[in-house]
Amino acid sequence: MWWRKLEEKIIYLLMVISVASLVILLLAVLTSIFVKGAPYLSWEMVSQTPKGGYYFGREGGVLNAIVGSLYLSLGAILLSLAFSLPLSLAMNIHLRARPKIVNRIRFVLDILWGIPSIVYGAFGFTLMIYLGIKASLLAGIITVGIFIMPIMVRGMDEVMKNVPVSLIESAFSLGSTRMEVAFKVMVRQTIPGIATAILLAFGRGIGDVASVLFTTGYTDNVPTSLTQQTATLPLAVFFQLGSPIPEVQNRAYASALILTVIILVISIAVRFLSNKYYSNRH
Amino acid sequence: MNYKTRKLKDQLVSLWIRFMVLLVVALPLIIAFSLLYKSWLILGHSSLSELLFSSVWRPLAGEFGFFPFIVSSVWVTFIGLILTTPICLFSAIFLTYYGSRHLLRFMQPVIDILAGIPSVIYGVWGILVIVPAIGKYLAPMFGYESSGFSIMAGGIVLSVMLIPFILNILIEIFRTVHQDLFDASLSLGASKWQTIKHVVLRKSFAGIVSAFGLGLSRAFGETIAVLMVVGNVVGVPENLFQPGYPLPALIANNYGEMLSIPMFDSALMFAALLLMVVVVVFNIISRRTIIYLESKH
Repeated sequence: MWWRKLEEKIIYLLMVISVASLVILLLAVLTSIFVKGAPYLSWEMVSQTPKGGYYFGREGGVLNAIVGSLYLSLGAILLSLAFSLPLSLAMNIHLRARPKIVNRIRFVLDILWGIPSIVYGAFGFTLMIYLGIKASLLAGIITVGIFIMPIMVRGMDEVMKNVPVSLIESAFSLGSTRMEVAFKVMVRQTIPGIATAILLAFGRGIGDVASVLFTTGYTDNVPTSLTQQTATLPLAVFFQLGSPIPEVQNRAYASALILTVIILVISIAVRFLSNKYYSNRH
Repeated sequence: MNYKTRKLKDQLVSLWIRFMVLLVVALPLIIAFSLLYKSWLILGHSSLSELLFSSVWRPLAGEFGFFPFIVSSVWVTFIGLILTTPICLFSAIFLTYYGSRHLLRFMQPVIDILAGIPSVIYGVWGILVIVPAIGKYLAPMFGYESSGFSIMAGGIVLSVMLIPFILNILIEIFRTVHQDLFDASLSLGASKWQTIKHVVLRKSFAGIVSAFGLGLSRAFGETIAVLMVVGNVVGVPENLFQPGYPLPALIANNYGEMLSIPMFDSALMFAALLLMVVVVVFNIISRRTIIYLESKH
């Protein structure tokens, strides 16, 4: 008997260690980024574009990358919304009577969700050549838009699945068309959930390098049109870290900190929104 | 609004929706075919077995053997999975069966943030912490000399990135095991751990394997974080403390230069296709298993 008790104790200990290690790992990653990045973070970093000689350690900042990343992700969100909103509405309203088809679509979405972003990058690149556009903000928006689409649909589908059937059916019984049910009932009911899905996709879009590596190019200027090249924050981290000059490397750490803070703000917002959504419903 | 305009609007929107559904369902095929189309050139140039099993990589001389890259990818993925397995399994069991609701409420954001951190940040962390740790301590401990930029570093960074991904699926899978089964086992006098070991783990074994299958396909395609710490030296690595060069890193590193050489371009597209095929196959098998299990319960 005693060995069973011992086994139980050992397993329990291992489990506690595992759970604790999750917290420790998160703190380890965050502190190393904060400790290394914070000393080099300055107002100049976030408010200026790279000046002449920036990549030799002279003055400037990464405003181009911050704004570029925001433009890119916002554009991608808008593009992706045109796909994902109708798709999730279709799955939960138009195709409600045909669960087999809906499950098949969910399966395809899961497959799309699993495809690595570098493959989307390669696909975006061939698409770009096929359409005859150069590396630009637009090409990046198209690539990232496709890449985050399954993430967005999954989030929206998840909340729309949980809208009570009775609500949908009573709207239909009052003579609403499918479109009216979709936009006046479904969307209105699930706005916080949709916002959460958008934010999650935004976080994925803003942090990904592999999908934009070949499609956005890189420039020191803030882009003023869709056809211009653009820098992005993760790429800025990646490029600056590859420099042999210590000052530039330090700025990579500061840029990494900026990116981390953006991601943390997004996750807090997601948490806040989903809490609000659930407290509304119960 | 009169009936006719409402009807018309509904039909227009339905058309839009139908088009989007078709487009999305066709998207994996569109991606696969466009990559296949681009890799046609290299497939006509060398045989498939030559591409997959030759270790001669001389793009300028027209020799493309992907073997070193495939081996590196497999090693990095394997190390990542091995390291992440105990943490994921133990945490998932604890959070599902032992932890209080408060603990779960506290841990969920931790897991979410771990999942949300971009891979470039994990890469920076790897360079700051893991690479020097391997170069200074871990490699000498095993009697190797290493700069730290190695297969091992890639595997360790990858294992951390895989945790939230696999953990979430595992928790989901453990929840599909019926409470009745659990209670029945407890009422027969089994302890909690015995029940988990003999009932839960056995019952959800296929699901657990699928969760790691999904993790595997995730790991196989991870690009930037691994690229930053793995060293990127072409060659079949002899031990884990040597640098490697996984497939995604190959694609990412060579994109700028390859356009001038059509065969090189085609070779990289072939690499992307290969990556996609491996990932999609593992995904389909794992998803199917999970769906089958859920339908059974």
